[in-house]
Amino acid sequence: MTVERPIGEDDLQAYVDGYLPPERKAAVDAYLASHDEAAAQVAAYSRQREALRQRLSAKSDEPIPSRLRITNLMSVRRHSSWPGLATAAAAAGLLAGSVLGAAGHAWFAQRSTPTGTEQIRPVAQDAIAAYRTYVVETAHPVEVGASQEAHLVQWLSRRLGKPLQAPDLTGQGFRLIGGRLLPTESSPAALLMYEDAGGKRLTLYARPGSGDEPTAFRFEAQGDVSAFLWIDRDLSYAVTGRVDRERLLSVAEAVYRQTEAQPAPRKGTF
Amino acid sequence: MDEIAALLEPLIPGLRRHAWALLRDNEAADDLVQDTLERAISRWHSRRRDGGLKAWLFAIQHNLFLDRMRQRKRRGLQVGADILADMSAPSAEPEDHASLRDILAALDSLPEEQRSVMLLVSVEDLSYEEAARALAVPIGTVMSRLSRAREKMRRFMETGCTTVLRRVK
Repeated sequence: MTVERPIGEDDLQAYVDGYLPPERKAAVDAYLASHDEAAAQVAAYSRQREALRQRLSAKSDEPIPSRLRITNLMSVRRHSSWPGLATAAAAAGLLAGSVLGAAGHAWFAQRSTPTGTEQIRPVAQDAIAAYRTYVVETAHPVEVGASQEAHLVQWLSRRLGKPLQAPDLTGQGFRLIGGRLLPTESSPAALLMYEDAGGKRLTLYARPGSGDEPTAFRFEAQGDVSAFLWIDRDLSYAVTGRVDRERLLSVAEAVYRQTEAQPAPRKGTF
Repeated sequence: MDEIAALLEPLIPGLRRHAWALLRDNEAADDLVQDTLERAISRWHSRRRDGGLKAWLFAIQHNLFLDRMRQRKRRGLQVGADILADMSAPSAEPEDHASLRDILAALDSLPEEQRSVMLLVSVEDLSYEEAARALAVPIGTVMSRLSRAREKMRRFMETGCTTVLRRVK
């Protein structure tokens, strides 16, 4: 014979929520039959629970607005790589209406994270400075050339402590010419340089230590040099060049797509 | 992608209800849910497989909700009126029964941490363990917050008082 555990407050709560196994429920029923105060309490809790559910049920019975449909959320993400891209696009005066509509645009515009913005400012400075320094270089624009791409990527990944890759931008008309390692205050940064058929160059700058929180694309311009920046998987990225925003955006988008598609390890299914 | 939609969409009505219960504003609530879903999609591959999807989603939504509240607080006095309007005023629907309005007023009398437990357990049907995971607190904390919340709401409903007297046992 087992000694009955005394009834506790947790039993009363679980009684209200219907989580008690039958024997325990019977024990609580017996207890409540002889304890008026507790019985009144439990009855009030149950009424309260029911009233709350009823009051809030209208909200969950509403049809789901289309902006919350997963397929819609994912297609915004797919078509523009990242929802935040819409912010950049809006800033750049592109796409906003066509991709999202006015309501979506307003919402995206207000949700840029302040921390991301703070983190990305120095990255913009450094990336643009690196661009200005090296892109004019004719003799030694890069330390390691594209002919040794595998070695370059491996080397930079090791120094940054993050898996990097050299995105393929031939679809945007740019081919890799090589890359170099750069010092920054906290950790080394990587700079990859690309060139188009007309000799126009742009750079992809990446450095670690920005946190896991992905940010929206941000547009920065200093003089005639423009950059799109974002943070993803603890790396800050900047695509910098003297090219028009639309073209730069298509490059940033291509880089985002390729770096995002990279690891995503699948460990079984849910 | 279909898999993600198939798993997430059944949970959207609950997320919307919960967001609305916290914010009492249709637009703000759906913004919060949209944020939650986007974050869930972007972290889909890093979610823990052992825990429940529901607790994970409510954990994301709860954190985003707290972020918003902190941001509002930081922004300070100039938005004070909005906070009050958004946070505590149940939408004035004259056709509502007084008793139905009361239950939200009673809910509003709770501090945020008790309100969250109350909603997750009583309305969203999270188990105590799931609620503990969603709120990142021990299960004992969930139980004690739930007891306090229910008792406080009961006294509120009985006395109709906005100030609930703290009784020393």
